[in-house]
Amino acid sequence: MSDPGRRAFLGTAAAALAGAAIAPGIRLVELAAARSPEEAASAKVRWGLLVDANRCASGCTACVTACRTENGLADTGRPRTDAQWIRIVDLRDPRTGREARAPVMCQHCAHPPCVDVCPTGASFKRADGIVLVDRHTCIGCRYCMMACPYKARSFVHENLADQKPDVPRGKGCVESCTLCVHRVDRGGTPACVEACAAAGHGAMLFGDLNDPESAIAKRLRELPARALRADLALDPGVRYAGV
Amino acid sequence: MPRPLAAFAVLAVLAASVAWAAGASRVAKPVVAVERPGSCVEATDVMRRDHMRFLTHQRDRTVHEGIRTKRHSLAGCVECHAAAKTGSVLGPEGFCQSCHAYAGVRLDCFECHAARPGGASAGSAR
Amino acid sequence: MATVVHRELSAAAWRFYGPLAVLAAFVAAGFAAFLYMETNGHVVTGMDNQIVWGTPHVFAVFLIVAASGALNVASVASVFGRTAYKPLARFSALLALALLAGGLAILVADLGRPERLVVAMTHFNFKSIFALNIFLYNGFFLIVGVYLWFMMERRMNRYGDRAGLAAFLWRLVLTTGTGSIFGFLVAREAFDSALLGPAFVVYSLAYGTAVFLIAAALVLRWDAQALDAETTVRLGRLLAIFVALSLYVTAVFHLTKLYMTRYHGVEAFLLVDGGVYPLLFWFGQVLVGGVAPLVLIYSPRTGKTRAGVLAAAVLVVAGGLAQMYVTIIGAQAWPLAIFPGWQESSSFFDGEIHRYAPSVPEVVLGVGGVALAAALVAVGLKALRLIPDPCTASSSPPPTSPPARQR
Repeated sequence: MSDPGRRAFLGTAAAALAGAAIAPGIRLVELAAARSPEEAASAKVRWGLLVDANRCASGCTACVTACRTENGLADTGRPRTDAQWIRIVDLRDPRTGREARAPVMCQHCAHPPCVDVCPTGASFKRADGIVLVDRHTCIGCRYCMMACPYKARSFVHENLADQKPDVPRGKGCVESCTLCVHRVDRGGTPACVEACAAAGHGAMLFGDLNDPESAIAKRLRELPARALRADLALDPGVRYAGV
Repeated sequence: MPRPLAAFAVLAVLAASVAWAAGASRVAKPVVAVERPGSCVEATDVMRRDHMRFLTHQRDRTVHEGIRTKRHSLAGCVECHAAAKTGSVLGPEGFCQSCHAYAGVRLDCFECHAARPGGASAGSAR
Repeated sequence: MATVVHRELSAAAWRFYGPLAVLAAFVAAGFAAFLYMETNGHVVTGMDNQIVWGTPHVFAVFLIVAASGALNVASVASVFGRTAYKPLARFSALLALALLAGGLAILVADLGRPERLVVAMTHFNFKSIFALNIFLYNGFFLIVGVYLWFMMERRMNRYGDRAGLAAFLWRLVLTTGTGSIFGFLVAREAFDSALLGPAFVVYSLAYGTAVFLIAAALVLRWDAQALDAETTVRLGRLLAIFVALSLYVTAVFHLTKLYMTRYHGVEAFLLVDGGVYPLLFWFGQVLVGGVAPLVLIYSPRTGKTRAGVLAAAVLVVAGGLAQMYVTIIGAQAWPLAIFPGWQESSSFFDGEIHRYAPSVPEVVLGVGGVALAAALVAVGLKALRLIPDPCTASSSPPPTSPPARQR
C-alpha cells in the first residue's frame, strides 16, 4: 500500500496524536472519578470505550495480552473452550479488499440481550452501565451466550486454580469482559486501554459517556463512530471508528 | 423387655458407640491458628456465628453496587488468615477449610475466589 | 362416557422388573455421564464457546415439545369430546408428565451449576423467556397432575373435562414458550422469528402423537393386550394431519427467511451447502420425518394397518430428532455477523462455520433422559390405575347410560 518510510512516519504521527488526544483525557477522568470505596456506582456515570480501528496496529495484541494477565485467563491449549474476554477481529471488505482490525469485547449495552434472557437475573447491568455476571446466581445455562450479538461471553469449561484475588471466576459459570470493574472502582482504567496506550497506539479511549467534558465524549463528537450491530438498537457503551 | 424396645436399645447403643468412635478417631478438631496478631473485624463469637452473613451482604454490595470496602470482604479474610506455611486458607490445617470440614459445611467460595492473598492488582491511577 | 375400568399394569414380576432394570441401567448411565461432565466441566463434551447448546439440548427440547403433544389424546377426548379416546386419556396424561420430567432432567443435568437449581427456582427475571418457562413447566406438572387426579377420582370426574381444557390451553402456551426461547434470539439469523412459537406448537402435535402411538403400543403389549387397530388407524390419520402441518410451517419459515436478502447466507448454509445440516434437514426432517410418514399413512396398503401407522410414528420421532439437531445446533454453527458486510476472522473463530461433534457423555445423558421418561411411565403404570381393562375397553360409540364406577 505505501512505502515503509511513509508508514513509519504515519505511525509516529499517530502515536504522537494519540498521546496528545489522551493526555488531557487522563486528567479529566481523574477529576471525575473521586469515588470512595463505600460509595455505590452511580447512574450519573456511563462508562464507555471508543475504539479507533485506524489506530489499531497490525500484528499488535497488547490489549488481549493485558486482559489475560489482568484477569488471570490462562491458555490451556484448547482454544475452543478457553475464555476470551477480548479478541482482535481481522476484517476484510470482500468488494474492495480493504483490511481493518479492531478489538471486540463485551459492548456493555444499555439494553443488553444477555440481561433480558438470563432466567435468574445473574446477568445484570450496573448503575454505571457496566454489564456483569453475578456468579453467585449464575446457573450456567448459557442462554446469554445464545443471545449476545457480539459473541462476547465465554463459559468456564473446566476447573480453575490460582485465580486473581480481584477476579474470582470458576467452572460452570458464564463470564465476559468486566471493563476491569475492579480497577474502575478504584479510579483506574481497563487493562486493555492502558496497554494500548503503553504500546503507543492509543486506539482505545475509556471514559464517562455522560460527561460532555470527558475526553471520550469530546472525541465522539469529532470522530464518526458507530455502534456494532446498530440495527439492534442496543445502545452499546463501546463505540467504533474506522470500521 | 418387648422385642421392639430391645431392638431400639441395641440400635441406640450402636449409634452412640459409632458416634463416640467417630468423634474420637476420625474427625479431627479444627485448627484455628491465628498467626497475625490483632483483633478481627468483629468479635470472635460474632464472627463464628455470622461470618457468612457478613460475607454474603458484602458480596452483593460489591458485585452489584461496586462498593469495595475492606472490612467484610472475603479478600480481607484471606489476607489475614492465610497460613504462613502454605500461604492459603485451604488445606487440612487451613483456617477456613479445617473448621468447615469439622462442621461438615460445604465451602465453595474458593472454587472461584483466590484462597491466598495476592495483593490488589494494580488498578493503576489514571 | 364409556364404562371403562382402569387397572394397574398387569405383567408378571420378571416381565415388569426386567424391562424396568434395563431402563434403570440407562438412567444410571445417564447419571454417570452427568457426574462426569460436572466433575470435569463441559470441556469433556463436544460443546464449546461457539456451540453452547449441544446434543443434550436436542434430546431435552424434543422431549419437552413431545410432552405437550403427548397430551393430545387426552385433549381430544376431554376438550373435543371424542369419547373413543377416553380409555387412553389417563395414559396420555401420565406420558406427558413423564416426557416433560425426562426432558427437564437433561436440561438441569447440563447446567454448568446444577446444584444451584434452587437459585433458578427462587430468583426470577420475568423478562426472560427461560424464567417464564420454569413457571410454565411447573404449572404443567400441577395442571396435568390435577387433570389426571380428576380423571381417576370418581367424585371429581365431572370436573375432568374442565381440567382437560385448562391443561390443553396451558400446553399451547407452554410450547409457544419453548419455541420462543429460540424465536426471540434476535442476534441469531437462523432464529429471530416469532413464527417459532406457533411452529413449535405444530411440531409438538406431531411429535407427541407419534410418541404416544409408540408408547401406547409398547405398553399395551407389555400388558398382554394390543392397541386396537381402529384407534391406531384413527390416530395415524391425526398424525398425518399434524405432520403435514409441520411441513407447511417449516416451508413458511424458510420461505419468509429466503425472501429477506440478509438471510440468504444462513439459509444457503442450512438448506444447501452446510454439510451435515442440509442432509439432516432434507433427508431427516423432510423425508424421514415428513414425506415418508405421510406416504405410509395415506397409502391404502399400509395406512390401515397397525404396523404401517407405527412405522410412520417411529419415522416422525427420528425426523423430529433430526429437526431439533438442525434447529438448535445448525443455527449456532452459522457465525454471527458482528461487522455486517465485512469478512471476519479471529482467534475466537469469528466469521467461520463452527464445527461440532456430539460426544459420548452428551449422547448418554440424552438417552438417559429418554430412559428416565420411560421408567417414570412404567412406575406410574404399576402404581396407578391408568390402563384400560381390555374386557371393558371399547372404541364403539358411547353408551347413553350414566357413568358407572370408574375404578
